[in-house]
Amino acid sequence: MSPLRQFGEYCNLLYKGVRSATEVGMYRSNLTNELVKIGYESMPIIILTGIFSGAVMTIQTSYQLQSALIPKSTIGSIVSKSMIIELAAVVSSLVLAGKVGARISTELGTMRVSEQIDALESMGFNSVSFLVIPRIIGGIIMFPVLYLAAAAFGIGGGVLAGVVSGALPASEFMEGARTFFHPADVLFGLIKATVFGYIVTSIACYKGYYATGGAEGVGTSTTRATVLGCIYVLLADLILATILL
Amino acid sequence: MIKIRNLQKSFGDNLVWSDVSFDIHDGETIAIIGRSGCGKSVLIKHFIALLYPDQGEVFIDDKEVFELPYTELRKIRQRFGVLFQGSALFDSVSTFDNVAFPLRYFTSQTEEEIRENVNNALKMVNLEGVGPKSTAELSGGMRKRVGVARAIVHEPDYIMYDEPTSGLDPQTSDEINELMMDMAENLDITSIVVTHDMHSVLKISERVAFLDQGALSWLGSLEEMKHTDYKPLVNFMKASEYQITNKSKESV
Repeated sequence: MSPLRQFGEYCNLLYKGVRSATEVGMYRSNLTNELVKIGYESMPIIILTGIFSGAVMTIQTSYQLQSALIPKSTIGSIVSKSMIIELAAVVSSLVLAGKVGARISTELGTMRVSEQIDALESMGFNSVSFLVIPRIIGGIIMFPVLYLAAAAFGIGGGVLAGVVSGALPASEFMEGARTFFHPADVLFGLIKATVFGYIVTSIACYKGYYATGGAEGVGTSTTRATVLGCIYVLLADLILATILL
Repeated sequence: MIKIRNLQKSFGDNLVWSDVSFDIHDGETIAIIGRSGCGKSVLIKHFIALLYPDQGEVFIDDKEVFELPYTELRKIRQRFGVLFQGSALFDSVSTFDNVAFPLRYFTSQTEEEIRENVNNALKMVNLEGVGPKSTAELSGGMRKRVGVARAIVHEPDYIMYDEPTSGLDPQTSDEINELMMDMAENLDITSIVVTHDMHSVLKISERVAFLDQGALSWLGSLEEMKHTDYKPLVNFMKASEYQITNKSKESV
């Protein structure tokens, strides 16, 4: 199928979703499930990702800034700033494109090829409002929450790595972090995470909802959902950085 | 009453069938037969607009389903119960919740009433007590029965069975045939059965529609079918007869 046709199909799915977004009673219970699955169940991997990103960044920055002219607190500034405006949102979204995107695409793809979506429609359900809307709203709500966790644990990981490696004490790290902290940076990160949440979940829903064939078809749609999710997250990151910074 | 008029469907360059026209009368049991891949399941999905045709119309009690706004179409769909080929049970919920699905979302029944109706539906398909089980624990025949229970629990006017006996052993197929006959008798329901199993056709149907070579090539009563000399249908029946004989030998 041509990319233009796929884009048309994607827009059509979203249009159906927006039209049916008012049927809250239809998707309320599914939304609760999605908030738990996307948010609560992804928290451990996001915390780990944050800690390791912050720790590695601290070690690498301290390696590159070995100069008597540069105060060590600069490491804290660089690491915390990078975590807040870039790494926490992008790295966690790439991880979630794999975890959440793959799950959503596989679930919907399996439901499609086993006629469960047809069964829902035949009973009178609007399958888009029942299946797609709660997943996209779940992503839009939970990705920013996960971003905040990734940023906080990233800075924590940075402090820990600085202390353990002997690069700089915690007080100096935090002093550097505070010096260049701007609340607008967090807002920027939250906007990015919201957009990434929409991108990852909507692409996964689209690929799963229109999956064809059997197990192989579901596998293909899941792979595409994950790869496209990552590509569009990176593309959106560039566009948002250009517009908002 | 369902009226199908000049229906044509293709997927890309592949024409499935064209100019399909016939009526399905209230209360009857009609079998739609034909070789695998001739578009039987595709045809019945048009009756509730799960698929849209290239051209043609389907009327349910004089309402053209492809022209209806979604709220109206939803009401039409709720007048149908559908047993899908692979049963299409929701694997994320229990057997009970599968059957309760349409009642929970589209009726104002209390949980007590829902429990009673679901248990009645499960009782009708001889599956009392399996409600708490996961659908993964059910055998192929049991899954079909749960699919039937889910299809009838909201008391529809029409029930569509898509290959109800495919993949089942002869004895279980017979049980499903008996079940379909019970449903038709006890529920005063219009039954549409898509199958290539002539054993089922002979047992349950009153009229037969034969899809062949991209068209509805034969339509008539069961008696007319038994005496027809229309060669493609005769060949189809002979091939099925051979299969039935072999199946009987296997079961012996």
